[in-house]
Parts: sequence; structure tokens; C-alpha cells
Amino acid sequence: MAAALTLYRTTIGKKAVMAITGFIGYGFVILHMLGNLKIFEGAEGFNEYAHFLRTVGYPLVPERGLLWVVRIILLTAVILHITAAIQLTRIDWASRPKGYRQIRRKQATFAAMTLRWGGLAIFLFIVYHLAHLTFGLGIPNFGGHETAYQNVVASFSNPINVVIYIAGVGALGMHLYHGVWSMFQTLGLNGPRTDGLWRGLATLSGILLFLGFSAVPVAVFTGLVR
Amino acid sequence: MNLTLHVWRQKNPQSEGRFVTYQAKNIIPDMSFLEMLDVVNQELIMNGEEPIAFEHDCREGICGSCGMVINGYPHGGHRGTTACQLHMRHFKDGDTITIEPWRARAFPVMKDLIVDRSAFDRIIQAGGFISANTGAAQDANTILVPKQNAEAAMDAAACIGCGACVAACPNASAMLFTAAKIAHLGLLPQGQPERYTRVVRMVEQMDKEGFGGCTNIGECAAACPKEIPLDVIARMNRDLLVAKLKGVN
Repeated sequence: MAAALTLYRTTIGKKAVMAITGFIGYGFVILHMLGNLKIFEGAEGFNEYAHFLRTVGYPLVPERGLLWVVRIILLTAVILHITAAIQLTRIDWASRPKGYRQIRRKQATFAAMTLRWGGLAIFLFIVYHLAHLTFGLGIPNFGGHETAYQNVVASFSNPINVVIYIAGVGALGMHLYHGVWSMFQTLGLNGPRTDGLWRGLATLSGILLFLGFSAVPVAVFTGLVR
Repeated sequence: MNLTLHVWRQKNPQSEGRFVTYQAKNIIPDMSFLEMLDVVNQELIMNGEEPIAFEHDCREGICGSCGMVINGYPHGGHRGTTACQLHMRHFKDGDTITIEPWRARAFPVMKDLIVDRSAFDRIIQAGGFISANTGAAQDANTILVPKQNAEAAMDAAACIGCGACVAACPNASAMLFTAAKIAHLGLLPQGQPERYTRVVRMVEQMDKEGFGGCTNIGECAAACPKEIPLDVIARMNRDLLVAKLKGVN
């Protein structure tokens, strides 16, 4: 326990926390994206899935029991991820009080250089996303999870919501393009033999999650799902 | 060839410092970058002006003394090349070249292009000793080292401590330097007894010196004149996490 606390004092320890909490978020967005694709099964299938998420594990656990367990894990992960990110950013920004007149990058990717701003964009998107589709802000005739399908259709019939959503998942894709590979590097699970594998996984994750998430608003907006 | 130089001039650590423009005249393309500066300095001395201070020693790319940001790249940005091994043939007649010192809180500017890299020495010191028996050296063949480990350890040991990794890193992080030192001992049998205490101490000192954290951007390895690979950082991260799991403080 003492070692875990002293580990967190180091920059590497803070990064390890970011990697583990990032991994939790990564697992969540994969399941979330796959769940979203149930929209193509139609209203009944999608709303049944929304209902299932609340009753899964019942009667062994109370109704919504597992849902709340997952929510608490996710909320904790998000808080730790952001806390460590802010602490590390402060350290990083203090490390070069006087900058260069001219500095050029050899191989840094856009995703890597904008990771912090992308993270901030994702955070703002999550706030909007929860307010909008979980609490019903800006959705006419919002009926909670009972009418999950109808909520989605109502939301994405408005082009503003489509644009915000695609921008949000675009930021997520960019974040994962650097973050997924970075996660393995930070936890020391990378080496010359695995580098290509994690790089490939990160690229694939970024692209597939972006496409998978974007499919829903595009389908609604083009009238494929109504 | 004739060149225009914008050089950072700073009298001492306390003074403000500024860019001064110089003309480098009659430069031969076969000269090294430092030889070009020698020519400029010779003229400054003849005119009774203070020559541009820069660090140099071996001038054959193995001591790690020379180091300056040339047109936005540490050591000038040619693969596996230190400033002293950078030749003027890479520039064109009439070019304008900006020359700046390494910029990092942990590397204060001493004078002009010279920075104080003592922070690196303190990181090495924090690593401490390796246990080695005194007396007659044992037969070399009694300590077996797998070929690939010997190669990887040698690759990491090629680090000359020039500080280009810190200079290139957007966070002025010293992770590549520290990780190279950790890898070259940690991969060999002689480095095993103190392997985990060493990583804990060195990382602690690295953070204490005011270097930034690693964001896995990879500019350090791209700028490294000795081409130290980025995977040494993953190795250091792994050793630190294992050390903490083992309860090493």
C-alpha cells in the first residue's frame, strides 16, 4: 500500500493511473459502440436492450444493481484520469519556462500533440451527451430509457446534434489513436516485438470506434433509421 | 558559402539574453557545424568581441558535449548525428540558421549556447553502485549473457548524455536518458542485484530535477544522435511498477 502511494508521487505512477483508468474507458466505449449498433434491430430490439441493461443480473442482484456498479467504476475512472492528467500537465508545462524561437517536430502525430485538448473536448462532449440523451435536455417528448430508440431518432433529426456527436466521437477516435498504444507503453507492456501490434490496435480502435459510433447519427439523419 | 546566423547570446545565468545576427563568410561545405562557429568566433575575437560560447570536446560524436538547437532541431536533425558531426554541406549558400541552447528548467543556460546538464549527473549518482566482487577477475565465460540482451544493453549504453532528448521533448522530459541508463544495466547479469532499487532512486531524482513527464510522443528517440529506441522507456516503466509491487521504496 505504501509502495502504491509512493508510486503515485512519481510522474510514471500518475501515468500508470491514466493508463489503467484509460483502459477501463476503452473497454466501456467498445461495449457502448456495440450496444448502439442495436439501433439497426429497430425500436423494439433497441428499447429491450436499454431495459436489459437495467435488469441484467436480477434477481441475483437488485434491479439496476450491476448498472450502478458499472457507473461507479466509470465515474471513479474518469475522475482519476482527469486528476492525474491535470497534475501531469502542470508538471509538464512548468518544465520549460522559456521556449524556443523555432522548434520543429520530427515524428509527433497530430493526435499525440493534441491529446490534452482532445481529452478536454471529450469531457465536454460527455457532459453534453449525458444531459442530452440520459436526462433528456433538448429532446422533445423524452421518455427516459423506455423510449431510448425514439429519443435517439428525435435527437439526430436535428443536424446540430449530429454535428456535435460526430465531432465528439472524432475527438474520441483521435484520443484512442495515441492513447491505446500509449497505455501499453506506459504500463511497460511494450517492446520491439509488440510495438507494431499495439500501434495497429490503436489505429484500428480509433477508426472502428469512430465509424461505429458515427453510423447511428448518420443512419438517423439520412432516414435509414426512423 | 555565406550564411546568416541568429545566435542566442546570454552573458551569464542571471542575464536576460537575446538573439544576435552574425554573418558567416567563406564557409567550406566540408567544415563541421562547430568549425563554422570557430570561423565566426575567430572573426569576433579579431574584432575584439566576445566569441560565442558553446560546449565541445571530442568533435567525433561520442562525448555528448556539443548540443544546440539548429533551425528547430536538436543537433540539426540529421539521423544519428551530433552537432559536431553535422557538416555544412547540408546547408545552402545564403541560408539563415537559428541557433539556440537546449531549453528546460532542469538545464539552466550558463552562457550563450552552454547549458548546465548536472541534473543528468545527479540522476546517474542516484542510481548508485552495482555489486561486484573484488579480487581477481573471474573468467569472462562464467557469466552468460544472451546475445540479444548484450546487443540491447549496448544499444542503450550508447547514450552520451547530450540532452537532445530533453531538448526535443515538448515536456522537457528526461525519460529517454534515464531509461537508457536503466536498460543498459538492467539487461545484464551484473545489474540484477540493485535493479529495482536503482530504478526507484533514479526516477525519484529525475522527477526532483524538474523535468516534465512522458507523453509517449517519441520526439526524444527521433532526436537522439545515438538512436536510443523508445522501448527503453517501456522497460523502465515496467521495472518501476514491478519494483513498487515488490514494495521497494
